[in-house]
Amino acid sequence: MKAKLFSAAILALAALMFNPVWAQEAPTVDRTATGGAQTLEDIMRRQKQLEIDESFRSENLGNPADAAPDSSQLGTLGGRSDADVWRAIRYNEIDPTVQSPGPANKVLIQDQGMPWYKLREGPVITYGGGAILGFLALLVVFYFVRGKIMIDGGPAGTTIQRFKAVERFGHWLLAGSFIALGITGLITLMGRSFLIPVMGPDAFATLAAGSKWVHNNIAWSFMLGLVMTFVMWVAHNIPNKLDWQWLKAGGGLFTHGHPSAKKFNAGQKIIFWTVMILGASVSLSGLSLLFPFQMPMFADTFAVINSVLGTSFPTDLAPHEEMQYANIWHSIVAFVMMIAIIAHIYIGSVGMEGAFDAMGNGQVDLEWARQHHDLWVAEVEAKQGKGGSS
Amino acid sequence: MKVMISAFIAALLIATAAPMVLNQFGWSSAEQTSAESVRLD
Repeated sequence: MKAKLFSAAILALAALMFNPVWAQEAPTVDRTATGGAQTLEDIMRRQKQLEIDESFRSENLGNPADAAPDSSQLGTLGGRSDADVWRAIRYNEIDPTVQSPGPANKVLIQDQGMPWYKLREGPVITYGGGAILGFLALLVVFYFVRGKIMIDGGPAGTTIQRFKAVERFGHWLLAGSFIALGITGLITLMGRSFLIPVMGPDAFATLAAGSKWVHNNIAWSFMLGLVMTFVMWVAHNIPNKLDWQWLKAGGGLFTHGHPSAKKFNAGQKIIFWTVMILGASVSLSGLSLLFPFQMPMFADTFAVINSVLGTSFPTDLAPHEEMQYANIWHSIVAFVMMIAIIAHIYIGSVGMEGAFDAMGNGQVDLEWARQHHDLWVAEVEAKQGKGGSS
Repeated sequence: MKVMISAFIAALLIATAAPMVLNQFGWSSAEQTSAESVRLD
């Protein structure tokens, strides 16, 4: 069941990358009237941004085997006309010799720039930004409906150590860098649309350059924090039967009950694995963007997905397309993470009495601990009874 | 709270050191675009 849910989530995320228009089937067009060249219907469909089967020209690249001898007239192109050669350049089906040896410099024309730009400036900003604002509004409503989750009977007045200093350091390294990455990422993504009209292009240029520096460099802190928290907490976040009981009770959010939990309850485990899986994914796509053209990974990933799920994602990608996919994927994953982390921040601060102390000074009220992590408290007390530590 | 502030400072220190460390290893995006390119001027 978990594997199916995970596959469905991956598929849903992947599906978000594609414009619905692309899914429309291209009709078969009779091109005999134009001798195989494009027709008025092709042009009209292109103007309406509908799908066109480009194979009639992407595969019409001439045939060097038909070359006329060099000594003959029109023999210099080796059986290809000028139009054939330009079509080969247009569809990246040529292996040119270039003076600059950069990885992407052999691609003379790459035509996915505008679709990428439109996707980035359109649906990614609209749905991503809308999802964050909508979720914030939902939390405000939830807060006023449910109210702050209080400690039943009030605090005990005595505390128990919930997290050691090194655990809190790893958490705040991850959290601090993630918040900086989120803010600078949103400035980079949305600044052109929302900040330039307010502050003008000159001031935004300075802000954008600063955001880029922070985003590119604080990413290393995020990755270090991710590794630290994974190593420290993975053993406590392995799902078990208790989590199902906790989920069935809704974590007590709506029933005012307190389902049993060990060090981390099912809700915290969901946050943990969301951060770890999406954090790893956003780090990989971020590294691909940080070192342009050096770490292409989408063609290989698509090949694996195609072989497992039988899909037909493109596997022959130009270096620029790899960057475009990395950019879009980076944004989508970051938005999902931001929403998850907003929920985490809510429940760890204003949403629950006594929760912040766990990461504030590491000491939580004993009654709070008994109500939310009763089995963990029992474990700690049993160890302390034997002279051990938490 | 001291741990939280220490972690924030550590994040900034790592961010400041990152470009210098990367340059030491030759891992610079600027390096990729200038040194290997042929200048026409």
